[in-house]
Amino acid sequence: MTGSLLQVENLSLGFEGEAGFAHVLDGVSLDMRRGEIRGLVGESGCGKTTLANAILGVLPRHTMSVRGGSIRFDDTDMLAPSQAAAQARVRGRKVTFIPQDPFTSFNPVFTIGQQIDELMKWKSPEREAEDRRPGLLARYPRARRKADRARVLETLEAVQLPQPEQILRKYPHEVSGGQRQRLMIAMALLPEPDLIIADEPTTALDVTIQAQILGLLRRLASERDAAVLLTTHDLGSAYEICDSITVMYAGQNVEAAPVDAFFNAPRHPYTGRLLASRPEGTGSMTGIPGELPSFYQPPPGCRFAPRCNRATEGCNTRPALSSPAPGHVVRCIHPLEARGAEAAAAEAIGKAPAAQTEKEMLDE
Amino acid sequence: MNDASILSTHDLKCFFPVKGSFGRTLGQINALDGISFDLKQGEILGLVGESGCGKSTLGKTIMGIQAPTDGRIVFDGHDIAGRSPKEARSLRRRLQYAYQDPGASLDPRWRIGRSLEEPLVIHTNLGAEERKKKVVEVLVAVGLPATHIDLFPHELSGGQQRRVGLARILMLNPEVVILDEPTAGLDVSVQATVLSLFRDLRETFDLTYIFISHDLSVVRLMCHRVAVMYLGRIVEIGPTEEIMSRPTHPYTQSLLAAIPKINGPRVTENFWLKGEPPDASRLPKGCRFQARCPHVQPICRQEDPPDKTVGQQVSACHFAEDMATSEIQVT
Repeated sequence: MTGSLLQVENLSLGFEGEAGFAHVLDGVSLDMRRGEIRGLVGESGCGKTTLANAILGVLPRHTMSVRGGSIRFDDTDMLAPSQAAAQARVRGRKVTFIPQDPFTSFNPVFTIGQQIDELMKWKSPEREAEDRRPGLLARYPRARRKADRARVLETLEAVQLPQPEQILRKYPHEVSGGQRQRLMIAMALLPEPDLIIADEPTTALDVTIQAQILGLLRRLASERDAAVLLTTHDLGSAYEICDSITVMYAGQNVEAAPVDAFFNAPRHPYTGRLLASRPEGTGSMTGIPGELPSFYQPPPGCRFAPRCNRATEGCNTRPALSSPAPGHVVRCIHPLEARGAEAAAAEAIGKAPAAQTEKEMLDE
Repeated sequence: MNDASILSTHDLKCFFPVKGSFGRTLGQINALDGISFDLKQGEILGLVGESGCGKSTLGKTIMGIQAPTDGRIVFDGHDIAGRSPKEARSLRRRLQYAYQDPGASLDPRWRIGRSLEEPLVIHTNLGAEERKKKVVEVLVAVGLPATHIDLFPHELSGGQQRRVGLARILMLNPEVVILDEPTAGLDVSVQATVLSLFRDLRETFDLTYIFISHDLSVVRLMCHRVAVMYLGRIVEIGPTEEIMSRPTHPYTQSLLAAIPKINGPRVTENFWLKGEPPDASRLPKGCRFQARCPHVQPICRQEDPPDKTVGQQVSACHFAEDMATSEIQVT
């Protein structure tokens, strides 16, 4: 449970686009321990998925350019070209991925069993020395195939799929969305990874299925001592399973905190306003006026400054990390006071706690 | 809000045949299986349920996009099921449908202004100048700058596209608007502004909404009454507060229990609803929720429960009264 597993330090990267350089990640830092479940929260377009893909090393190489910073996974530098062989050993084995959309992640013309076999042929934990043969000629010894098959069936049981033998013979369209997402979780667990990156695993699912899937993910990850990086824009599901949460806004990490501190004592104004936007409880909810800044010409310094009502001149340079509590870091020079979520939210909006809720106003 | 009902359905049914090879009919999917409800002037009725339960089919059947197999739809005193194309056209001015994905429902090669103008060209005799004036007026009402009429859909963000979709609906001053998953795919901060826009528009344009959503926390905030659907049937309907605080159908209870509550107990640790909805083409005999219901009794496998009135709610469960009072409630 101890020791740092993943260290992203001051990562800065972007893409060459038609309108110039899109600076998508600007000085992002993230630290994960072994066995930790970490939520990466932010609105769409804030760079969550780009960060996840950068950790996996699957961003398009010819358009991406790294402007600084590093990603280290368990003593492997994931960005250095000289380490390509070591990175390939990590990818899919030590770090696995659960995609957002279970509907398009399977190949429709192969059975589920064929696709899982293909995965196990290359990424099974039993696979030993590097086979130097080209892909089509690589061998899949019978003994290992048998052991792998037993392991697959056991994992499918673990993700609570009924009749695993039959499911392996089916085509992807024959199983429901929830079952497909269970299969994706099983496939992410099979290589016995140290880190699972789950990219919005429940956005395409119903709320009852979401509760089942999240519970399953948390239970299996802690049983097998795998760390999980859960990117999501749904604060509720982050609350459900995460130990700690990192918030991103427009390519910058703005706050990281343990889950209780995050929801009860947020310090960054953006976090406060994000929490106030939730449609929950009494019904006083407010959005955040304005739009995400353009990645081509991002504001200097703190990128939330143009939408922030606490912004001053000083926000034109990026604030340094400050730590109001153990394990809680925030990048803001005008942080909110720690006074519980309601008050913090009210402070972020710049008014007293709403006496009359919008629901009441509606009923009039 | 007065009590006059503006739209009501009586035992509305919509079946889709399942075809096998050589066009043989193998079975049917009961997408709508006897839906009856009343919509009062000025209210917001929420329609919730899991995907595949028939929410969107209901919306489309009311709109006339889908012809009902059986049953009546009464709008403003007239039966509008099985209407002729001519009647349908005049009705469409008063009854509008907002699609789930506004980006996909705007023509990518038309400027926003042209998309907004089209309903006026079809349904009214206004001149070009007046149409333009009206377009700008509505565009400003939904909170977009008037200069946006010269943009293309891809130049707008998701939230703005949603606003354009709404503006297009409002062009003809409808009375009833069916909102199909109006906040799906939006971030919470954008969702909050879009929802308050719906409320403001309801005030200014005097609208009645049918609000289709799978997100109960949004429905709780927006709606006066909620109808919970499961596999083509309304299993529970009643005032929002009542349903949220005292659900009488086990399916409603499980839907409520599945919503993550921040600073509450974590639902993933003891969530009790297992499995997924059964195949809609092979409904079991008896109650349609029996396979997943934690309180299932022998009678549930024999008889489809009738609608029972418990307090202000109507619930399709044999044990609705017990559910409301006893400690079986799992929350």
